[in-house]
Amino acid sequence: MAKTALKAGARFKSAVSDAQVMIVKAPAGEFELACGGVAMVGGTAPVPEGATLAAGDAGEVLIGKRYVNADESLELLCTKGGKGTLTLDGVALEIKQAKQLPSSD
Amino acid sequence: MNIATILDMAAEAFGDRVAVASGASRFTYAQLRERACAAAAAIKASGAQYVALLDVNSPAAPVAIFAAAYAGIPYVPLNYRLTAPEINELVERVAPAYLITSGEYAKLLQPHAGVTVVDRAAFLSLPASDAVPEIGDDPRAVAVQLFTSGTTGKPKAAILRHENLMSYIVGTVEFAAADDNDAIIVTVPPYHIAGISAVLSSTYACRRMVQLDGFDAKAWLAACREHAVSNAFLVPTMLQRIVDHLAESGEPASRRERSAAGESDEAATAPAPAPASLREGAVSPVHLPALRSLAYGGGKMPLATIQKAMQLFPHVDFTNAYGLTETSSTIAVLGPEDHRAAAASSDPAVRRRLGSVGKPGAVEIQIRDEAGRVLGTEEAGLVFVRGPQVSGEYLQQGSQLDADGWFPTKDRGYLDAEGYLFLDGRADDVIVRGGENISPGEIEDVLLSHPAVADAAVVAMPDEQWGEGVAAAIVLKPGAAANIGELQELVKGKLRSSRVPQKIVFKDALPYNELGKVLRRVIRQEFV
Repeated sequence: MAKTALKAGARFKSAVSDAQVMIVKAPAGEFELACGGVAMVGGTAPVPEGATLAAGDAGEVLIGKRYVNADESLELLCTKGGKGTLTLDGVALEIKQAKQLPSSD
Repeated sequence: MNIATILDMAAEAFGDRVAVASGASRFTYAQLRERACAAAAAIKASGAQYVALLDVNSPAAPVAIFAAAYAGIPYVPLNYRLTAPEINELVERVAPAYLITSGEYAKLLQPHAGVTVVDRAAFLSLPASDAVPEIGDDPRAVAVQLFTSGTTGKPKAAILRHENLMSYIVGTVEFAAADDNDAIIVTVPPYHIAGISAVLSSTYACRRMVQLDGFDAKAWLAACREHAVSNAFLVPTMLQRIVDHLAESGEPASRRERSAAGESDEAATAPAPAPASLREGAVSPVHLPALRSLAYGGGKMPLATIQKAMQLFPHVDFTNAYGLTETSSTIAVLGPEDHRAAAASSDPAVRRRLGSVGKPGAVEIQIRDEAGRVLGTEEAGLVFVRGPQVSGEYLQQGSQLDADGWFPTKDRGYLDAEGYLFLDGRADDVIVRGGENISPGEIEDVLLSHPAVADAAVVAMPDEQWGEGVAAAIVLKPGAAANIGELQELVKGKLRSSRVPQKIVFKDALPYNELGKVLRRVIRQEFV
């Protein structure tokens, strides 16, 4: 699977479902960002045809949820929901627990 | 990263929820998206480089913000309170443009080459577009351009990029945080940064927006009840008027005379003594059962006003928000618990926090002296801010950020030991008298403590000996009297002789802008 740099603000879409994410923050370097076992596609690049959800992956990406890796150096925001588990270098990402944000609007 | 993503997400998750309520008209989030996409197609076809709005609050404002984002060009709301020549000059600066306006504002416009003028009603009923717009992917693209009010010279065009606004929203709001019945009442005009952030934050939270096309205390209270409003944002002048209105309408008849005499716009901004019904222990809370959260910002909040408001609305969470146009809105927040802790505390260090703007949100804050040295706690200096939501950029003048990404807000202030930020006026307002920096605020506070003084503004005046001297414009309360000598003595006694205004003039009213900021540059002209 191709490794790619993850830059804050970049968008990725799933190759196996409707799921889309936006990078909120990411560590430097190149990583494998996947959904349902298949590499996600960056920006406006075309989605490869014929990719299918990994067998046994019952995961679902939920709109508006934030996803993080274990040390929270990576944070994604799901902008469109869809099937599949999000993984970074093969390790599943977790939903970040909502915290009290400093909102004023 | 494009702010249109915010509307896509809201329409996908809560398409049937009402997004905007304005008079009798309602748009759900799905309809708002449909209108924005229809408008984006028309905007693209027009060849415009900007989407301009010259209008009061209406559903056209959120539609135009998102339509511009879908079309991939900046949204530029114009201040409809400017004079016709000022408005036309700004229109000329954004041509070729797609300009949405209505009624009386349309009459202010001259014909401009390349400017397509569209009436609000027509803009909101454009034929639906079949094409789903491909959202631009350039995070550096400009989403919003706001002309600053400009204390000197021509208005500067502050630009906010998609990455700035998205950082602000994602950093401060949780998606779909609103409950089904939540509603925010929006009274700030669409050309103010708080008007833009209200639309973006509410849409991301999937919260219903209730729009008023102007502010009036009675109408605001009525709309809060009618729409079961849960959230509100107000500038200090608006909160003051609500407090005054409630005090007046709940007063015994004997106090009505004074109220009627003080009903002018200017009087509403002046701190008034607490009437008997509002003194501690004698307060009747106001019945707005749905109202949970009231945020305020956009200028200095008089301590008396917030204290009264907290007594009138004991169940409401108050939040003070400090931000600038150039920082995509709020950068520091004094939250509800801070308000309650300060109001209840006997510790002066905690109690004074009711006058602070709170702690930094999704940004870093630094205080520096004139030489650029970073200052410690309790040391007053210039406020600098850094973070992804900070644009700090103007179209002609370019980025104002320093090499490390810090933006000079030109506000003065200091941090306390726990990181609470206190503001102390604008750097430009500081009076430099013989090398000594004098803040107008502390002198104004003393002048306002005189029982006859309704309003006061202190400014610099030219002085041959000191370079600058201290001057004051005073508004007396109706029927009250004070002479120059006693006001000078008051300042001398509470501060020191260098703070004593060498010239004092009495005025019927001080000049304010529509959001309650005193216009010091106009007052300075008095003393030239």
